[in-house]
Amino acid sequence: MHPVEMLFDALLLLSMVVLAWQGVHARNLFRAVVSFMMFGLLTAVAWVRLEAPDIALAEAALGAGLTGALLLATLGRLDQGGRATRLRTTFMRFSLPWMALGLAGTTLLLAVTLALPAPGLDEAVLRAMPAAGVDSPVTAVLLNFRAWDTLLEIAVMLLAVVALWSLGQDVLASTPRLPAPALPALVRLLFPLFLLSTFYLLWRGGHGPGGAFPAGALLAAGLVLALLAGARVPERMTGAPLRCALAAGLLAFLMVAVGVMADRGVFFAYPPQHAPILIAMVEIAAGLSIGVMLTALFLGGEPTDVEGGPS
Amino acid sequence: MSLPPGTLFLLAAALLFAIGAHGLVTCRHLLRKVLALNVATTGVFLLLVTLGRSGTAVDPVPHAMVLTGIVVALSTTAVALGLIVRLQRQRP
Repeated sequence: MHPVEMLFDALLLLSMVVLAWQGVHARNLFRAVVSFMMFGLLTAVAWVRLEAPDIALAEAALGAGLTGALLLATLGRLDQGGRATRLRTTFMRFSLPWMALGLAGTTLLLAVTLALPAPGLDEAVLRAMPAAGVDSPVTAVLLNFRAWDTLLEIAVMLLAVVALWSLGQDVLASTPRLPAPALPALVRLLFPLFLLSTFYLLWRGGHGPGGAFPAGALLAAGLVLALLAGARVPERMTGAPLRCALAAGLLAFLMVAVGVMADRGVFFAYPPQHAPILIAMVEIAAGLSIGVMLTALFLGGEPTDVEGGPS
Repeated sequence: MSLPPGTLFLLAAALLFAIGAHGLVTCRHLLRKVLALNVATTGVFLLLVTLGRSGTAVDPVPHAMVLTGIVVALSTTAVALGLIVRLQRQRP
C-alpha cells in the first residue's frame, strides 16, 4: 500500500475513534450527538476506503443523516438533565481486570483473523452469478441468494414502526413549525431531485452499487427534510394509504416468495428466466416501502392531524 | 511497512467495539447508552467488511450482511429512543 494512503487511513480511523469516544462521553448531550453524527460521516468515508460503495451510500444517508435527525429530535423532547454521570468504579478492582481481558480478547481475535483462509464466499457467489438475474453481486446476495434475510429484515423494520406507533404521538405534534422562509423554498426545489435520485438508485441496483436500501434511505432523507420544512402528512393519506405503503415491501416480497413456489415448490427459488423481472419488482416495492418506513421511524408515532388528535 | 492489509481497520474496529461496550456499561444516561450501542455496532460492521476484503476479490456476502445490519440498527435505535421519551414522560 502507498504510504500516503496508509497515512490517510490512520488519520481517518484515529478521528473515528476520538469522535466515537466523544459521542459517548462528551459532557454535553448535544455535543455528544453532534460528535456521533460526524462519526457517522467519517464511517461513510471508511466504507469507501474499504471498497464498499453500497454501504457508504446507506451509511451516509442512515448512519449520519437519519440517525442524527432522530437523535436530535429525541434530545428536543427530553428534559435537559443529561449530565455525564458515570458509574463510579475503582480502577484497580474493576477496570483493570476487564481491560486486561479485553486486550487478551482483541489479541486473540487479531491472531484468528490473520490466520483465516483467504477466500471467503466470493468464489461461490461468482459461480452462482449467471443464474442470479442481476449483475451486481451485492444485490444478488440481498435479493436472491439470501433473500430470506432481507425479508426478515423488512419485517423487523415494520415491527419497529408498529412498536413506535403503540408508544405515543409523533414528534411533529410536539414541535412548532420552523419560522424559516428559505427552507420550504429550498425543499420545494430539492424534493424532485431526491425522487429522481431514488429511482436512479433503484434502477442502478441491478448492475452496480445502489438498490433498495440506499434508494429507500435517500427517499426517507427527502421526506424527513420536507417534514422539517413544514410539510405535513395529508389527512386523507394517514389512514389506509399510509398503512398500505408501509406494508407494501413486505407483502410484495412474500407474494413473490410464495408465488415462485408454484414453479419448483421451493421458497424463494426464482425461475431463472423470470428472475430479473421478479427481482426488479421486489426491489422497487421494498425500496419505496423502506423509504416510508424510515420516515415513520423518524416520526416516532402515528401521524396526527393538525388538531393533535389521532386520525 | 510490513503490516498485513487491513490491520489498521481491524484495530479500529476492536477499539470502537471496546468504546461502545464500555459506554454501554458505565453510562447512566439512557441516550448515551443508545449512542454507545451504535458505536459498538459500527465496530462489528467494520470488522465484517474488513474480513471480507482479505481474499483476492471483494466478498459481497459481508456487504449484504452489513447493509441489512445498518437498517436493523437504525430500527433498534428508533424504538429505543421512543421508549426513552416515553419513560421520561411517565416519571414525575
